[in-house]
Amino acid sequence: MPATDMTRSEGQPMREPSAWVQHWRQLCRNPLGLLGLILVVLMVGSALLANVIVPYDPAQVMVGPRLGPPTWHNLMGTDQLGRDTFSRVIMGGQVALIVALASLSAALSLGLLLGLVAGFGPRWLDNGLLLLLDSVRAFPVIIFALAVVTLLGPSLYTVVFVVAITSIPVYARVVRTQTQALRDHEYVLAERAMGASTRRILGVHIMPNVIGPLLILASMDVPLVIALEAGLSFLGMGVRPPTPSWGTILNNGYNYIQNSPWPVIAGGIPIILTTLGFTFLGEALRDIFDPKLRRDL
Amino acid sequence: MTQASLQATTPERADTLLEVRDLSLDFGSPKGRIHALRDISLTVPRGRIVGVVGESGSGKSTLAYAIIRLLAENALVTQGEIFLDGRNLLELSPRQMRDIRGQRMSMIFQDPMTSLNRVLSVGDHMIDIQYRDSAPKAEKRRRAIEALGRVGIPDPEDRIQNYPHQFSGGMRQRICIAMAMLVEPALLLADEPTTALDATMEVQIIDLLKRLQQELGCSILFVSHHLGTVAELCDDVIVMYAGEVVESGSVRDIFHKPGHPYTQALLQCDPGRIREKTRRLPTIPGNVPNLLNRVPQGCIFKTRCPYVFERCHEEHPPSYDVDSGRVDSGATHTARCHLRDPAEASRDKEEGHLVQGGNEEGGRP
Amino acid sequence: MNALLEVENLKVRFRSMGMLRALATRTSDPYIDAVCDVSFQVRPGETLGLVGESGSGKSTIARTLMGLNPAHSGSIRFDGRELTDLSQRSYKPFRRDMAMMFQDPVGSLSPRLTVRSLITEPFLIHGIRDRDRDVEAKRLLEMVGLSEEFAQRFPHQLSGGQARRVGVARALALDPRLIIADEPTAGLDVSVQGEVINLLARLQEELGIGMLVITHNLNVVRHISDHMAVMYLGRFVEKGPTEEVFYRPRHPYTEVLLSANPEPDPDARLERIEARGDVPSLMQRPPACEFHTRCPKAQEICSQVDPEVTTAEEGHTFRCHFPVNTPEDPDTDTVGAGSAGRSSRPG
Repeated sequence: MPATDMTRSEGQPMREPSAWVQHWRQLCRNPLGLLGLILVVLMVGSALLANVIVPYDPAQVMVGPRLGPPTWHNLMGTDQLGRDTFSRVIMGGQVALIVALASLSAALSLGLLLGLVAGFGPRWLDNGLLLLLDSVRAFPVIIFALAVVTLLGPSLYTVVFVVAITSIPVYARVVRTQTQALRDHEYVLAERAMGASTRRILGVHIMPNVIGPLLILASMDVPLVIALEAGLSFLGMGVRPPTPSWGTILNNGYNYIQNSPWPVIAGGIPIILTTLGFTFLGEALRDIFDPKLRRDL
Repeated sequence: MTQASLQATTPERADTLLEVRDLSLDFGSPKGRIHALRDISLTVPRGRIVGVVGESGSGKSTLAYAIIRLLAENALVTQGEIFLDGRNLLELSPRQMRDIRGQRMSMIFQDPMTSLNRVLSVGDHMIDIQYRDSAPKAEKRRRAIEALGRVGIPDPEDRIQNYPHQFSGGMRQRICIAMAMLVEPALLLADEPTTALDATMEVQIIDLLKRLQQELGCSILFVSHHLGTVAELCDDVIVMYAGEVVESGSVRDIFHKPGHPYTQALLQCDPGRIREKTRRLPTIPGNVPNLLNRVPQGCIFKTRCPYVFERCHEEHPPSYDVDSGRVDSGATHTARCHLRDPAEASRDKEEGHLVQGGNEEGGRP
Repeated sequence: MNALLEVENLKVRFRSMGMLRALATRTSDPYIDAVCDVSFQVRPGETLGLVGESGSGKSTIARTLMGLNPAHSGSIRFDGRELTDLSQRSYKPFRRDMAMMFQDPVGSLSPRLTVRSLITEPFLIHGIRDRDRDVEAKRLLEMVGLSEEFAQRFPHQLSGGQARRVGVARALALDPRLIIADEPTAGLDVSVQGEVINLLARLQEELGIGMLVITHNLNVVRHISDHMAVMYLGRFVEKGPTEEVFYRPRHPYTEVLLSANPEPDPDARLERIEARGDVPSLMQRPPACEFHTRCPKAQEICSQVDPEVTTAEEGHTFRCHFPVNTPEDPDTDTVGAGSAGRSSRPG
């Protein structure tokens, strides 16, 4: 549109707020995005400060009632062994965050590498990598997870491993497509004409342009990962007891739902809130950084 | 324009097809509003070709999109009217506007590659566009073939089954023109239709537009940055700069006795005009003003004008009649420059050679 | 003076279809010739203009010179050394001596780098560490007429003309001896076009660089180049001193091209010499003289016999059976004032 030309016309360079300030203002204008940000900050903050917040050791069996309702002493009641549910939920958040961070950063870095290689490398390498990635992606996640758990045994690391392996193809594909689009760009050709090495072109000129959309994609994948971890733990294939996880809390509560609804509520609500938070935030970020969807008047 | 001049102009111009009055338009951006068009007034008489010239950022394409109401969502018309056959287009409902677009007005675009749907054959395109007509399909097809033949597509009977990618850029632009002409519009808007084409194709398209205009008697609003094509094709010319009409008049007025320093500079810069081989070409020093959130006071060209004087900094110039210097008459050749005011006649004499030849450092901010 | 760049019988081909498809359709020659038997030289301090429409192969020549496309046959000599059989690694030193400017002023700059990083990147690439990058950035910006504050800007904050200056600064960073400019004025407004042309002309005078300017804009070629070559479907149809080609074009295509250049004067509407139809696709290259399908002077022989390269005057050559504006041609007089077939019609 002609409009873009006009923003660019400079008389004297005008001092305008930096890009980050502008993006922050845009986020403030988006109520759902702001809500998402608050939820995410709450979740991450509580997980980071979990050791300070929790009133009791999450594995400590209390002398009080079992499956008790919320009281001032036990904010979310107690579970079937009489452990404080609130403490377990907070510590469970830590587990969820570790799983999400570890698995997504592993998937991101590997996906980025494979995608760059596939997108920039020769045709045969691209075809080979695509075949590999697509076969991994075609494998059903749950079956794959069950197989890995059977082989390695249920643990936190198994969950991280499963999530990382199954997310790599998605990221690698996105990076590959973007890299291919950029590869034929004139500025990449210009760099080649100056004699820049492939490593320099990929690292300095292509990666920074690919990584933004990738991070947004990843932020929208966080809830999926948390749900997957909870699901595996629910099935008893994730985190081993007594380590608390939202999935195990939910599973235990499910077993005793006829005695008390509180554990299920306590385990379910953080999952829902975190999912919403990351989804809203991810969508807001996409709106801000993808100018095509933007409306400003 | 004042109320008096409106009443004066409307009745006597019965042959006016399109009239734009005091049109202003803003674009929203993350940094604020861009005042992209300001107080645009122009008329397109029936059966004439009006050229809109200007450099990038002058708002010339925005003007065409505003007339056909195909603007981006972040655009807002803040004032003014656009009359086609006496109806204000800005007051029409989207549905009425669609009818106008298909029947009274059509548009051809800069990029003939993207303005055709690649999965439809040329025939599909050309039959689809006649959807309002109740004629049998065979008749529509016959008309389509005839239109393709008229725009110079060889073997139209065979080629009507082809898909857009089977044609070259010049041929695709011809197809776009054939489609636009098929609805027999009263007004054809052409937004830089030759910019993406090679020189030999460009002149063919210009000749084609000229011939079709004579055959169909429609009016054309031709938007271009290329002075040569405008000089060749158009009857009247409007010169735009930074969202304003700075000068308008007949093609000879504009090219032979330009009244606005910007028009003069633009003509001098065109290397096509410079007959002698030179390694130092004239330029216009400075940059287009920033239209974000505020419009500079006074004349919009003051920062780059070699004749700038005090009045230019304070007072926004009205459209002076270039010959008489009056403001309110229904003049044909007008310029927004205080030098055209008879009160400033003494300054006019200083006007000689406008742009310094070989001013290479023009772009230095 | 010895030629800086010497190109002889250069041929560049691209694969038009995959091997399987070629077998299936029994195509014995699944290639298209984008550049065909092209020869030219550029001397230090001299400018050669390559003119042609899209698809004429002019950008392909530039990319082949920079080693971005392989040459099929022929030779490219830079300063006497053969380049066509060099590996990418051994090409690198030549990329210091030859710099290329790409078409899109903004799009040829890496979007996440500041102007300072962009113009000093060549030092990093070629491992030159003994120079202060800030000092160099300042020097280069000054050379192209941009103030120092531009160093911190990003490409999207530049106008077309400013971005083009940054491109020139970057090309000059390593003191090249040859600059290849692909459409240096494309996408720029008329008022800015002049700036860029003047800048290039001044730098060439000061630094004595050889230049190869590739453009479709005849006005640019005319003011900037000493020699020019006209390309059509990958072949040079005419080559010679710029003035000579402009005043007395011999090939009908040159004449058509010159006359397809509308002048900004409503009273100079032309008696135009037009070419019929469209540029044919490279896939269906017409036999013998490529231009015969559109040529106003074409006869039977043009579609059967390849025209020879003929010399008109010293250094002015063309490939045509029926050249225009020959000394015997009685019409020669009508070609006046710099452009072919132009005559004024009173208003």
